[in-house]
Amino acid sequence: MADGTKRDKRTRNLRPGPGESFMPLPGLPIPEATAVLLRELVSHLRQNRSQLREEWVRRTTEAKLLTAMTKEEIFNEATAVYDSYVAVLETGSVEALEAYARDLSERIIPRGVETREVVGIVLLLRDVLARSLFKKYQTDLSLLNRVLDAYEPAANRIANTVAVGFVQERERIIRQQQEAIRELSTPVLQVRERLLILPIIGVIDPQRARQLTEQLLRGIRANRAKVVVIDITGVPAVDATVANHLVQTVDASRLMGATVIVTGLSSEIAQTLVTIGVDLTKMKTIGDLQGGIEEAERLLGYRVTMVMQPTEPLAAK
Amino acid sequence: MRVPILKQGSYLIASIQSALSDYELLQLRDDLAAQVGRFRSRGVIVDVTVLDVMDSFAVRTLRAIAQIAHMRGAETVIVGIQPEVAFAMVQLGLTLGDVETSLDLEEGLALLELRTKQGGSHDGQS
Repeated sequence: MADGTKRDKRTRNLRPGPGESFMPLPGLPIPEATAVLLRELVSHLRQNRSQLREEWVRRTTEAKLLTAMTKEEIFNEATAVYDSYVAVLETGSVEALEAYARDLSERIIPRGVETREVVGIVLLLRDVLARSLFKKYQTDLSLLNRVLDAYEPAANRIANTVAVGFVQERERIIRQQQEAIRELSTPVLQVRERLLILPIIGVIDPQRARQLTEQLLRGIRANRAKVVVIDITGVPAVDATVANHLVQTVDASRLMGATVIVTGLSSEIAQTLVTIGVDLTKMKTIGDLQGGIEEAERLLGYRVTMVMQPTEPLAAK
Repeated sequence: MRVPILKQGSYLIASIQSALSDYELLQLRDDLAAQVGRFRSRGVIVDVTVLDVMDSFAVRTLRAIAQIAHMRGAETVIVGIQPEVAFAMVQLGLTLGDVETSLDLEEGLALLELRTKQGGSHDGQS
């Protein structure tokens, strides 16, 4: 509790008094007084529950926050948040609020609610409550000071808890999605005896590059591949890092005795690479996948010939 | 333990059986250099299938083996580099330079067959 006193003093020193003058309080507040004040505060908030809650919802709507939710939903959530808010002020324990914040985040994140909105509503509530305190204690500034000293740290803690809970939930979802993307892994396909193709679609980050290379190397061993065609048509951007990953993949494949042909370098990508000065001369590159496969067949000693003209018109054309 | 070097026709096959110390690597280099001359071999295969680690010294020694053998008239192929080893090597920036590599012993023999038929020139694949 000694700690509580110190924090209260510090807060008071940092924050100018809400009234016209700052009133020093010799020897106060003592911890017991803080607890008493908080109790008083809680009963005040309980008494004015419906009015303050409505005020809060009104200002939330006014500020155009939580637009993804209906009015009733906002009201229901507001009630729950208000009650946990008061409970935190009363008990000093944020565990229940943490759980509620997680649960709330889980429900509203899929609906596109943003961090700014969640932080916004909590700060609004803090503001609404603080205003009601101003109103109630405006006649006695020294008491108001003490009430705010008791209220502010707790309110900050609550805002913090909710924001952190929300962000953590978001991060969890992002991690989950990354996992999902990773599992949509790139297939290593054998198109001919000893010829593999690796079509890469999407962004190549270091982690993915690593996974791709490992997969390809295992594929080379399993299929005893001599030639690999890596098609990067579906890679949106190739910069120095990505080019470097490609070079590594090619080198590693070569160590396992396979020749790599990279295909699908669009004219834009080729221009970018030349501009930023990436040297791909050590790599065999061919414009499109078809050309790559033809070259690979040539390397493997295949010759593809058309034995006869198709007699029926091809259905697709 | 000395690495056994098998003679197979005009080729030498050094089949590494366990992880090698630096000293054993140098011994392998010297043994191969001597035997390439003694058997007038046209090709050397170093099988590294069992190695699950390749440090810079090993890579440098393998390169040295290839260069020495080349000077004495033999082509060298390193065979059996494991996927994990290959990946670690490129990550560490260890390269075998112009030394030929193949998936396994069979591939290596086929590659040597091809190279020596072409007259033993060492001009790479491209």
